[in-house]
Amino acid sequence: MAEKKEARIGVFVCHCGTNIAGSIDIEAVKEYARTLPNVVHADDYQYVCSTPGQTMIADAIKEHDLTGTVVAACSPRLHEPTFRMATKVGGLNPFRFEMANIREQNSWVHMHDREGATGKAKDAVRIAVAKASLLEDLIPKSVPVEHAAMVVGGGVAGMQAALDLGNAGIKTYLIERSPTIGGRMSQLDKTFPTLDCSQCILTPKMVDVGRNENIELMTYTEVEEVEGYIGNFEITLRKKARGVLTPEEAEARGIVGGGCNGCGDCVDVCPVIKGNEFEFEMAPRKAIYIYHPQVVPNLYTLDFNTCIKCGLCVEACGDKKAIDLEMVDELIKVKVGTAILATGYDLFPIENKTEWGYKKYENVITGLEFERLICASGPTGGHLVRPSDGETPKKVAFVLCAGSRDNTGVGKPYCSRFCCMYSLKHAHQIIEKIPGAQPYLLYMDIRSFGKMYEEFYYRIQDEGAKFIRGRVANILEDPVTKNLHVFTEDTLLQRPIDLEVDLVVLASAVQPTAGADAVRKLFGVSCSQDGWMLEAHPKLNPCGTTTAGVFLAGVCQGPKDIPDTVAQAEGAASAASIPIHRGEVELEPYFAQCIEEKCAGCGMCVNLCPYSALALVEKDGKKVMEVTEAKCKGCGTCGGFCPGGAIHMQHFTTPQIVAQIDAFLLGGEQ
Amino acid sequence: MAEEWNPKIIAIICNWCSYAGADLAGGARMQYPPDIRAVRVMCTGRIDPLFIMKAFQDGADGVLISGCHFGDCHYLEGNYKAAKRMFLVKNILKNIGFDDKRIRMTFVSASEGAKWAGVVEDVVRTVKELGPSPLKQFEK
Repeated sequence: MAEKKEARIGVFVCHCGTNIAGSIDIEAVKEYARTLPNVVHADDYQYVCSTPGQTMIADAIKEHDLTGTVVAACSPRLHEPTFRMATKVGGLNPFRFEMANIREQNSWVHMHDREGATGKAKDAVRIAVAKASLLEDLIPKSVPVEHAAMVVGGGVAGMQAALDLGNAGIKTYLIERSPTIGGRMSQLDKTFPTLDCSQCILTPKMVDVGRNENIELMTYTEVEEVEGYIGNFEITLRKKARGVLTPEEAEARGIVGGGCNGCGDCVDVCPVIKGNEFEFEMAPRKAIYIYHPQVVPNLYTLDFNTCIKCGLCVEACGDKKAIDLEMVDELIKVKVGTAILATGYDLFPIENKTEWGYKKYENVITGLEFERLICASGPTGGHLVRPSDGETPKKVAFVLCAGSRDNTGVGKPYCSRFCCMYSLKHAHQIIEKIPGAQPYLLYMDIRSFGKMYEEFYYRIQDEGAKFIRGRVANILEDPVTKNLHVFTEDTLLQRPIDLEVDLVVLASAVQPTAGADAVRKLFGVSCSQDGWMLEAHPKLNPCGTTTAGVFLAGVCQGPKDIPDTVAQAEGAASAASIPIHRGEVELEPYFAQCIEEKCAGCGMCVNLCPYSALALVEKDGKKVMEVTEAKCKGCGTCGGFCPGGAIHMQHFTTPQIVAQIDAFLLGGEQ
Repeated sequence: MAEEWNPKIIAIICNWCSYAGADLAGGARMQYPPDIRAVRVMCTGRIDPLFIMKAFQDGADGVLISGCHFGDCHYLEGNYKAAKRMFLVKNILKNIGFDDKRIRMTFVSASEGAKWAGVVEDVVRTVKELGPSPLKQFEK
C-alpha cells in the first residue's frame, strides 16, 4: 500500500457522440463532479476512449497530481482495460481507476427521460468518486501456463481445434464421450452446396487426428471434474470401461502382439442384438460393436449395459486377448492451460409436436434419419425406402422450421440455420436418385445466406422441386396405404392444401446436446436463454467465455453450418494457443487478504471458500486465516460473511463498498 | 408527494451475470425507470448482510440484490450463500417491523436483458407502492 495521501480525483465524462450526450446533460454532470469531495479536476470529451481522450487522462494525472481517476462512460465490461492503461500511462497504478456506467445502464435505458438520466449519472459519478478515493495500488499476479490444452467433443469442431493446436506444437487432449470421433458430420451423406460426400472430406481429418503426435485422443471418455484456473486447469476424466484393450494397453498388461486390431471376429459370434444409435436404431448392432467401418480409433467397444458376458467374443478374439469382460471405469487426471468446448447438438425431440406424427406414423422421419437412409454406407445401402413397406417413395414432403422459429412454447424460438439448406440438398438427392420423384418443400422462408447458397436454391428450383409457403398444420396417415396427408395453407395462393405424399421428412430444430449443460457448469461457462453456451461478447469475442482460458467452438455456442463451425474452431484454437505460447498469464489481483489483528481464527471463511484457498494457521501464538493467492479467484464470499470484518477483499473492500452506499444515500441532494 | 416522490433504491449486483444482463438491456435499448443505482461486486457472495443494513440505515427505500442463476455462479456457489444470507436479512427486517418486500434478491443471467428491465420495473413499482422508508422519519 502506498503512503496515505489525501485523495485527489479526476473525473472524465464521455459524450460517446450522442450515445450518452443525447440523453444526459454532460455539462451538468461535469459541473456537478467539480463540487464533489476529493475531486480536483473534471473534464468532458467526445470520445474518452479515443487516443486523444486517453492522452487527456494521462496528462491530467500529471498536471493535477491525481491519486485516482473516474471515467463516466460505457460499461466497465467494455472499456475498463482501456482506461486502466491510460491511468497507468499517466503514472498511477492502473487499479486506481473506477468507472461510472452512464451508457448501458443509463442513457440507453432512459432515452426519453433526460432529467432522470442526468440525475442518475450524477449519482453514478458520486458513487464512483467515493470508491476511487479509497482505491489502492494492486499488482497483478503472474502465473505460468501449462503447455497443454484440452478439447471437449470430437465432432468436426473439436477435431479441427485439436488439429490446429496439435500442429502448433501444443499437447492436446481430445475428449469424446462416444466410441469414435467424427460427430454429427460423419452421419451426413452429402454436404451443401458443393455436394461433397461428407465422409470423404471428414475421414482424412479423422485419420489426421488419430495420427497427430501431439493429440492424445481419448474416446469413450467424459469430463468428471474441473479444478484450477487459466494456465493451470486440473481436469479429472472418466475413461469409461469399453471392455476392449488397445494394442498399447495390451502390451502394458504383458500381452505381446495383442490388443484390438479391428478385425471384427467378436461381432460375428456375439448373440446380443441392439439398435445402432449411429443409424438412429434403423440398423442393428451387437453388444460389441463399431459404429461404421471408418471409426477412429479403429477399436471395438463392449456395451456393458447389454452384454450377457457369455464369453463367446473372448474365445473368438483368441490370442489377441483384447477383450476384458471385467473392465471398470478409470479416473485420469490431466493438467492443461486452456480448454475448448465443442459439444455440438442434438435434434429437438420433434415427437413433442404431436400434430406432425413423428414416432406415431412410420413414414414420418427426421432430416438426420433421411441422411442415413440416402447414404451409401447407411442401413439401406443408399436406397431411400419408406420405413412402412420398403417401397421407394416418389412424392416426398419436406417440412421446414419443424420446431424452429416456433413460439408456441413446444418448439424453439430461434432459427436452426442449416435446415433450409439441407432440405434443399435432400430435394436434389431424391430428384437425382429416384426417377420421377417429386419433392415438396413446405417452408416459411428459405434462408440461403451463405456463399453459393442462394445459387444452390435457384438450382433446386430449376430441377423441379415444388415450394409451398406455409406452416404445416397437421399430418394424418392413411391407415391402408400408410401414405400421409399433409394439411397446410399455401399462403401465396391463399388456399388450404391437402397434400398426399409417400414420405414426410421433418427438418427438426436443433438443441444443445444432452450433457452439454453438465460440461458447461464444470467449466463455469454461462448459457443463453435457449441453453446454448454463452460467448464472452456476441460480436467481438465469439469464441471466448467469461471463464478465462475456456473457449467455444461449433454448434454448442449456437446453430451454425459446417463452414462456420470449422472457422470458429480455428478461431478458438488460435485464442486457446495464445496464453500457452506466451507461457504466463496475469490474474486480476482481486485476492482476499487477512487483517490479522481483527481475525479471531474462527475459521468460518475456510469452509465458505469454494476453492479451498483459505486455511487457518498458527501465527505469533494465535490462529489466523491465511490465503493461498494462486487458488483465490476473488469472489469475496469469505469477506461477505466474516463476523469480525477481518477480510480485506482487494478492490472490493468493505470500506470501499460502504463508501459507495453512503455516497449514494447520504451524499446527494436530499 | 406521492406523485413526485422518487424512491432511492440501491442494487448490488454481480459482475458476471446480472451486471452483464443489465448491460445487455442497455445494448437492446430496453427502457426502464431510472430509480435504481447499481454497485458492482464480483459475486453476490461478497455481499455482507451489513451492507444491506447500512443501506437501509442510510435511508434506502429499497435494496435489490441480483446474481447468477443457481448452478450458474461464476464462482460455483457464491449465489447460494448470498441467497441464504437473504433469509437472515429478511428475518431481521421483519422482526423490527420493516416490510421485507423492500429487499429483493433476483437471478438474472448475462443473456437476460429483458428480464433485468422487468425486474427493475417491478422493484421500482413495489417500492413506490410501499412509500418512503419508515426509517427516514428518525433522521435528524
